[in-house]
Amino acid sequence: MNALTFSLYILGGSLLAGLLGSLTGLGGGVVLVPMLALLFKVDIHYAIGASLISVIATSSGSAAAYVREGFSNIRIGMFLEIATTLGAVGGAWLATRTPTRGIAIVFGLVLLYSVYVSFQRHDDEIVPRNKWSDHLKMNGTFPGHDGVEQKYSVKHISGGFGAMAGAGILSGLLGIGSGAVKVLAMDHIMRIPFKVSTTTSNFMIGVTAAASAGIYFRRGYIDPALSAPVMIGVLIGSLFGAKLLVKSKVKPLRMIFAVVIFFLALEMIYNGWVGNV
Amino acid sequence: MIELRDKQVEMFIGQVLRAGVLLSSFVTLIGLVLYLLHHGASIPNYHAFHSISPMLRTVHELIPNAFHGDSLAIIQVGVLLLIATPVARVAFLVGAFALERDHMYVAVSGLVLVILLFSILFAR
Repeated sequence: MNALTFSLYILGGSLLAGLLGSLTGLGGGVVLVPMLALLFKVDIHYAIGASLISVIATSSGSAAAYVREGFSNIRIGMFLEIATTLGAVGGAWLATRTPTRGIAIVFGLVLLYSVYVSFQRHDDEIVPRNKWSDHLKMNGTFPGHDGVEQKYSVKHISGGFGAMAGAGILSGLLGIGSGAVKVLAMDHIMRIPFKVSTTTSNFMIGVTAAASAGIYFRRGYIDPALSAPVMIGVLIGSLFGAKLLVKSKVKPLRMIFAVVIFFLALEMIYNGWVGNV
Repeated sequence: MIELRDKQVEMFIGQVLRAGVLLSSFVTLIGLVLYLLHHGASIPNYHAFHSISPMLRTVHELIPNAFHGDSLAIIQVGVLLLIATPVARVAFLVGAFALERDHMYVAVSGLVLVILLFSILFAR
C-alpha cells in the first residue's frame, strides 16, 4: 500500500472513529487506537501519539458549543486539572516502561469499563452546601427539570481529585480522553449534576491530553504522516456526529456502537495477551 | 453575578479554542496535501516502532524546515499549534481570575499552567 492509499484509508477510518466516539460520548480515541493497532497494524506507540492529537482537536473544537449550553463549572474543572495534568505526565512516563502487550490489555479493560459507564443511569442527588465546597468556590447552578435554576454543591473533593489523577494517568498511557473515568470522579464520587459533569469533563480533556502530547512529541512518538489524516478525519467525524446527535434519536445507534466497542475491547485484550500487537 | 461573568469569559475562550483548532488543522491540511503530492507513491511502514527523526521533533529544526516547504515539518507545526491551544486557554483563565481578583484560582490555574509548560518543555 503506498502513502496516498494508506492516508486515504486512515482518513476514512478516523472519520468513522470520530463519528462513533461523539455519538457514544466516549471520544474518538477509544475507537481510533484499536483501529490503528489491529486493522492497520500500526505500532501502538504511534497509534497513541496520533490519538492524543485527535483528542485535543475534538475537545477544543467542541468547547465553544459546550460553553453555549453554559453548564460547565470552570473552577471545578481547573482545580481537578491539577490532578489530571500531573497524572498525564506520570502516564506518559509509564508508557515507555510498559510493554506494548500490557498497554493493549489495560486499553481493553478501560474500554470495557467505558461501555459499562455509558449505560449507567444518572440520577442527580443534590449535595447540600458544605465547608470545602464553599471554601473552594465550587457551588453553582444549572437549569433543572422545569427550567428553574437548581443550586448544587460538591462533596468528596479529595476522592474526586484522586480519581482524576487516575484518569490523567490513563490518558497519558493510552492516548485517550478517558472521559469515562472523569465522569466516575465527578458524577459518582463528587456528585456533580450530570449536565455539569459532562460539559466540564469535555473542557478538561484537551488540557489533560496537551500535558502528555508534548512529551510524546519530543520523544518522536507523533508521526506527522500518520497524525495529519487522523487529526483531520476525527475532527470532521466528531463535528458531524455532534450535529447528528442534535437532530436524531440515537439510542438504537448507541446500542450498536456499544456492542462494536465491546468486541474491540475483547480483541485488544486477546491480542495483548497472545502478544500480537 | 459571578456565574454570568464566568460565562462571558468562557464564551470568549471557547472562540479562542475554536480559532486555534481551525488554524492548526488548516496548517496540517496544507502539509498533508504537499506530502501526498511529493511522496504519495512511497511505501510507509508503521509496523515497527523507531521514534521519528529529531528533525521532526525539535522546534528549532522544525520551523526553518517548515518555511523551506518541508511537508512533514509543516504538519508538525500544525500539531504544535494544536498542543498550544489548550495551554493558551489555561493562560487566559489565569488572566480572567486575576481580573476577578480571585487569588485562590489565580494560584490554581497558574499551577496548571506551570505543570503544562514543564511537561511540554522539559519532561521526558
